[in-house]
Amino acid sequence: MKNVDLSVNIGGLSLKNPIILASGTVGYGNEIAEFTNLNLLGGIVTKSLSLKPRKGNPPQRIVETPSGMLNAIGLANVGVESFIKDKIPFLKAFDTTLICNIAASSVEEYVECVDMLKNEDVIKAFEINVSCPNVQEGGLEFGNDLNAVGRITDKVKSSTRKPVFIKLSPNVSRISDFAKVVKENGGNAVSAINTLVGTSFDIYTRKPKIKNITGGLSGPAIRPVALAKVLEIKRNSDIPIIGIGGIMNWKDAVEMMIVGASAFQIGTVNFINPNAGVEILNGLISYCENNKIKNISELTGTFQIRD
Amino acid sequence: MYIEKAFVESLEKMGEDTFLIKVFSPAISCIVKPGQFCNIKVSENDYPLLRRPFSVCNVDGDYLFFLFDLHGIGTKLLSMKKNGDSIELLGPLGKGFVYDDQYDTAVIVAGGLGAAPFPFLIKNMEPEKNIITLLGGRSKNNLVTYGLKNVSAATDDGSEGFNGNVVELLKSRIGEISSGKFRIFGCGPNPMLKALQEYCIENNFDCQISVECAMACGFGICQGCPIDSAEGVSYLLVCKDGPVFNASQVKL
Repeated sequence: MKNVDLSVNIGGLSLKNPIILASGTVGYGNEIAEFTNLNLLGGIVTKSLSLKPRKGNPPQRIVETPSGMLNAIGLANVGVESFIKDKIPFLKAFDTTLICNIAASSVEEYVECVDMLKNEDVIKAFEINVSCPNVQEGGLEFGNDLNAVGRITDKVKSSTRKPVFIKLSPNVSRISDFAKVVKENGGNAVSAINTLVGTSFDIYTRKPKIKNITGGLSGPAIRPVALAKVLEIKRNSDIPIIGIGGIMNWKDAVEMMIVGASAFQIGTVNFINPNAGVEILNGLISYCENNKIKNISELTGTFQIRD
Repeated sequence: MYIEKAFVESLEKMGEDTFLIKVFSPAISCIVKPGQFCNIKVSENDYPLLRRPFSVCNVDGDYLFFLFDLHGIGTKLLSMKKNGDSIELLGPLGKGFVYDDQYDTAVIVAGGLGAAPFPFLIKNMEPEKNIITLLGGRSKNNLVTYGLKNVSAATDDGSEGFNGNVVELLKSRIGEISSGKFRIFGCGPNPMLKALQEYCIENNFDCQISVECAMACGFGICQGCPIDSAEGVSYLLVCKDGPVFNASQVKL
């Protein structure tokens, strides 16, 4: 541990290590804190917050798929006001970096949410969800629209001095075009990828297994897709990338950094092993020691591709 | 709550497709309460990916028992465990039964594998409480009486006991049951629980139900197991707010 510097910087945000708990997989931190030491982790991203509380989608919300799961939670959340009042005090007690994820149905609403939250010192950066596949107004239509992503990035950036990350949808033909637009409009980094749209049907009832019909696919099943998308962004843009998608262990995390991620988020694995972040941390330290890596940030984008 | 690697002590076939697994789990066994569950990882690789929630069926010293039916790949793998193999438990999870206050008779109403949480509940009941178990199943081969007490059966095909479902059996016995102060504890498939819930609400009976639901994490972070609250304003989570609810608390 003494010989490895695990700290990373993503578009102006310093983290003590590159391990971040992904939005929607840790609530507001209180439940997972029973199983893991949040103080050891680089950061935590809140469940997507919307201006008003949202009840979320009716059941069935999740279904398991081969090495993955589909979810259509529908952005169930307490809303910005209650988050500030009820959730922030708990999160303040931890020595980890808090990133607030925002979901909205209009450019103005994104800005309004950020305005309400930006003076909370404990929030160090914003992650803007333009890619929730599970609600009509969850931003997926923004996530598919280059102009909209540019406009949201620009407006949110204008309203806060804190770093702004845009969480990109993989359900587009060229994700690197979106990363470029984020960069051009002042975004500090991109989080890639959000879930892939998928579905699953019961062959006897012929009904969809989740009420919303489609859901977002996550877990190790999507890791190769996530790696390809991160690599594509890395090869076409110099915007910092927070890699997300099916990371289960430290080896997966190293792979994600090699293809271009400056930091990474773990999501679905938290449901199965809520202490995965700390285990990944220990694995990364050993990997760096064994491979004589002094700063973990040296790993980012070091893929060796022969022409 | 713990994440505990538990070694398999025994696996016993209890019925056609029903098994009882006994595992060494000293950390969880000493704090678990009746009606709580564990989320179990049955394999060490990524398939199947998610844990499976199982009611704690019984506790004996450092050992936990889980009763399960063959259902899919997860339970198939669980049924193939050998002595000395391990499974990984996350638990104990959820809110269990409220059972040690003022009433004379505990009426257990179980449908099929809904019997799973009751051996541990029965074991923990004060000895002076009268216990009646009504156990329903499709036919006599589906009735697992492990750990139950004073069992009356109901089968859909009439192959054993009362010919009909378990809620009908309850109705037929209610005269005798309701002569004293009683509480109903129900667990089973959703349609059965719904019938039980309606009957208990109509008659103002004291009733707790244990609800089954697919879930990912089991402790509140995935938000995958919502259940409508009776007031309908917000969802409750089966994993955290349940799995045991007061019958009047939720909409099934």
